[in-house]
Amino acid sequence: MRAQSLSHLFSHQVIALAGVLLINWMVFPGFFDVTWKDGRLFGSLIDVINRGAPVAILAIGMTPIIATRGVDLSVGAVMAVAGAVAATFTVAGHPLVVTLAAALAVAIACGLWNGLLIAFLGIQPFVATLVLMVAGRGLAQLITEGSIVTFSDPALIFIGTGSLLGLPMPAVIALLLMLGAHLFVRRTAMGLFIEAIGTNRSAATYTGLRSRSLILAIYAFGGFCAGVAGIIAAADIRGADANNAGLWLELDAILAVVIGGTSLLGGRFSIPLSVLGAIIIQAMNTGILVSGFPPEFNLIVKAGVIMIILILQSARLGEIVAAIRTKNPLGRKTP
Amino acid sequence: MNRIFKLALCAGVATLVSTAAMAAGMTVGFSQIGSESGWRAAETSVTKQEAEKRGITLKFADAQQKQENQIKAIRGFIAQGVDAILVAPVVATGWEEVLGEAKEAEIPVVLLDRGVEAPQDLYLTSVASDQVKEGRVAGEWLVKTVGDKPCKVVELQGTVGSTPAINRKKGFEEAISGHSNITIARSQTGDFTRAKGKEVMEGFLKAENGGKDICAMYAHNDDMAVGGIQAIKDAGLKPGKDILVVSIDAVPDIFAAMAAGEANATVELTPNMAGPAFDALEAFKKDGKQPEKFIITESKLYTPADNPQGEYEARKGLGY
Repeated sequence: MRAQSLSHLFSHQVIALAGVLLINWMVFPGFFDVTWKDGRLFGSLIDVINRGAPVAILAIGMTPIIATRGVDLSVGAVMAVAGAVAATFTVAGHPLVVTLAAALAVAIACGLWNGLLIAFLGIQPFVATLVLMVAGRGLAQLITEGSIVTFSDPALIFIGTGSLLGLPMPAVIALLLMLGAHLFVRRTAMGLFIEAIGTNRSAATYTGLRSRSLILAIYAFGGFCAGVAGIIAAADIRGADANNAGLWLELDAILAVVIGGTSLLGGRFSIPLSVLGAIIIQAMNTGILVSGFPPEFNLIVKAGVIMIILILQSARLGEIVAAIRTKNPLGRKTP
Repeated sequence: MNRIFKLALCAGVATLVSTAAMAAGMTVGFSQIGSESGWRAAETSVTKQEAEKRGITLKFADAQQKQENQIKAIRGFIAQGVDAILVAPVVATGWEEVLGEAKEAEIPVVLLDRGVEAPQDLYLTSVASDQVKEGRVAGEWLVKTVGDKPCKVVELQGTVGSTPAINRKKGFEEAISGHSNITIARSQTGDFTRAKGKEVMEGFLKAENGGKDICAMYAHNDDMAVGGIQAIKDAGLKPGKDILVVSIDAVPDIFAAMAAGEANATVELTPNMAGPAFDALEAFKKDGKQPEKFIITESKLYTPADNPQGEYEARKGLGY
């Protein structure tokens, strides 16, 4: 049953992506050109997966959260915090392992904080994570003392700009994280637990699920993903920009999850489809950049395309289409 | 944390020193917007330096981006009977009342960096940069540098609709108009940030034949230029040589790029708005000389000939 409904959904996202790519190709015929340059693949298509990786990683963490009927608005700010910690640690001369461990530890701590507020104090996720969304950026600014902390450690920079087998590192990391998370939730009972909590938390708790600890872990994982994305974003520009790193990306991540077919009301979810959603968003962004449209149109074009995608996904539209197909839904006479 | 402590200490020492020199110096209140950007932090530290240099006691108030805090601070300064007030207004409207109070108390007010919509007799003068001129200086540099050769420019704009983005675009276009060999091939917004500047430039490079068709990159601020430079390098081209790089602001990191031969020119948006303000105030206090209503700071052009390494070192500690 689930496999069937998922394959049905899958087609929606793939069609949407194909549509966006087709439009990109029409406005810029060189869109699919990929060449080999300095030991790496080079082309607009590669830009899409490279630039889409941070949001894809955020979406991987956001999917289980939304599936449990939650939301995490703080991931953009946590990105900034993780980037700031990584930059200051590497500038202070710590080795890469320590730098990464510190940045990820802080990010996980941020996630745990959210989880505590939500699972144990019963604060609504929207409000609970709003706290860190605002405070987190301030925290990042405190760490960087308000300036952009630049660094030149080649190992850290490699995470943001290096490549493995010709593919950009951020994309490789996102892919590995997606596979790991997907296998973990689908090869264990974890996915089922998450869906149970999202569908009806008290029922899930009465059946013996330790829903509090689970929710705590899910938000910690969201923090971890935001940390990874934050390190990538900082490594990409060789500096921690506390004011702008990850700004508004929480909204892109939520959108990616929604395009991926996960309902904000919890329940059914798919991590790979969320990643596909992130890629669709980025394909649109990159398309706008190469199209040569004036920047005033960016947001309008984006909003328009997203609306079309969401309308196509709407269950009600499916019902209407089905009704029209079965003919005469409203008792009208067909000529 | 450490820095805040040091600042507090500095302020404390400055107060002590200047209490001694009270007879010579003025006491000036400074209501700063907050610290939303590195440039603003630099403006704050330069203002403190300039005050110390002149033996002026500076009373500093950080408004944390709120006009109500600024109005409170100005009323506080009036109550303390300061000799003058500097304000970097967070918004343009709603200043008539509090500026009127300062005028009644016969305390001259100088606006820094941004203007207000209020009768001009309510403040002594305003010190600000001319953003259109900044764009024009950048454009004129490019016109002079490329000569008669055809040149396709890509432009990294600031945030859509923001005043600096509109003005810096306008000034640049003014400068290159009449030079048909220079054309703006592509223009997109990089939101004044490094990450977006890099992403936009990556797109431009793909769209313009792998970057081979691009002759120059014009960025509305240095941060986007720094991002763009990285994108050019990733595409296997040499920024500064294959693609000329010109931008605005003169922050430390663009001087580092310049020293490495990766940037060609930047136009300074000076953080020293307080220097000209104090000059005007001192002249006014001494013999009542009315300064001009709008003091425009210099939009100085810096190129690799201007000792970029030295500029980098000098600016690094200002808090950019």
